[in-house]
Amino acid sequence: MPKDGSELNLESLELSSGSSELTLDGLGIPMWLTLEMTYRCPLQCPWCSNPLDFDKFKNELTTEEWKKVLVDGRKMGALQLGFTGGEPMLRDDIEELVAYADELGYYTNLITSGIGLTPNRLQVLKNAGLKQIQLSIQASDRELNHKLVGVDVFDQKMAVAENIKAQGFPMVLNIPICKQNIDQTRSMLEMAERLEVEYIEFANIQYYNWALLNREEFMPSREQLVAAEEIVKEYRQRLGNKMQIYFVIPDYYDDRPKACMNGWGNIHLTIGPDGTALPCQEARVIKGLEFPNVREQSLDWIWNNSPVFNAYRGDDWMKEPCKSCDEKEDDHGGCRCQAFLLTGDATNADPVCSKSPMHNVVESCVANTASPHRVERPLVFRKKGAITTDFLDRSS
Amino acid sequence: MVETITANNIVALAPMYLFRWEEPQQAYILLYPEGIVKLNETGAAILKYCDSTHTVEEIITKLSEIYTTDVSESVYKFLEVSYAKGWIRIKP
Repeated sequence: MPKDGSELNLESLELSSGSSELTLDGLGIPMWLTLEMTYRCPLQCPWCSNPLDFDKFKNELTTEEWKKVLVDGRKMGALQLGFTGGEPMLRDDIEELVAYADELGYYTNLITSGIGLTPNRLQVLKNAGLKQIQLSIQASDRELNHKLVGVDVFDQKMAVAENIKAQGFPMVLNIPICKQNIDQTRSMLEMAERLEVEYIEFANIQYYNWALLNREEFMPSREQLVAAEEIVKEYRQRLGNKMQIYFVIPDYYDDRPKACMNGWGNIHLTIGPDGTALPCQEARVIKGLEFPNVREQSLDWIWNNSPVFNAYRGDDWMKEPCKSCDEKEDDHGGCRCQAFLLTGDATNADPVCSKSPMHNVVESCVANTASPHRVERPLVFRKKGAITTDFLDRSS
Repeated sequence: MVETITANNIVALAPMYLFRWEEPQQAYILLYPEGIVKLNETGAAILKYCDSTHTVEEIITKLSEIYTTDVSESVYKFLEVSYAKGWIRIKP
């Protein structure tokens, strides 16, 4: 799944003064709990958000350990629950955990490639109280889909989409967007309309982990983006509230950073397959942080007291230009992982911001993408042995 | 895109939305795929009546019993926003 921190849809509707005003307010509660059930996956998406050394995570939490996370999270006020991966359906306890979570009062979301989601398992998940399914699709035709994920699964995904609707689940169609598929925006919208999905999310790839390896090959051109947005606008007008269309632009083309995760340690808590607690799914990329683990510490301590969750909370950690910026409440200085990956220091402003003294790293990347002299490179697929992390100095 | 809500429309919460009181938040919330809305008191009071049995006019009457100010404009505004966001449906 691509990182889409800018699309959290957390709103508090104020109507007391007679006008409607939308603001963000999480009260410091981890309202959003994401469970990365496994890093195993049948697909090989070259933009995968999982760690580069995903195959080293063998000691997945047991069913009982996940249940404890669910109980503790709910006690702290968690509401939205995402089962993701890797491919969560590779675990045989998803149905049991969904039922358990539903009983605890979570709104349960399954984020899946669809592989392994048989009609039988769908039926069991429906009975278990699963609320919605986010299905990933990478193209509107079989051939391109195959080329992008390394496996011939398009027909299977289409069948799964129909089964999901037949079971009466609300469905989000999630489409990771890159140079190779953005020109299919219209045909993907037609597909979504035909499938009668409630939401379609064009999630432009965000550049971390595997996506960062392939960044120059994936970055769409500004012209492609503008054309895609025009089509989205046309469909929004025509379909009204029948289908919600989200369009997350690649932040490299913005001049202000995304309010990533609505702030570090603010509303979002992710638990990795091995029990590592993360402020976001990519946080492991930041070197020098010792991430707590639910096998060793209580969830309450992890969220409220652990050094990692407090590292970039609030704005005390900020340096200039963020520190004195009048927009710091809105975007929290952008994404810590991106600041680290592109500037070497997670306390720097996200260089996507035009106020960042290192904004040139983003500008030169965009310029290089558009350059007629750029040398194309092959895509690196997410699979064991595709790369080695042996010589990297990294904490995980 | 925002359709006009009229006095005799019967409104209902859209099927995939969950509306309930949440103790840790001390607030009414609306849950939906990948979203949470925390409602203030007025918003919650209006949504409670979006149960496919009340017309907009009836909702205004009910709320007028609770609030002393003229609620009519607020109710229409809230329902129009809610409708545009897909939270509620108008019963055919």
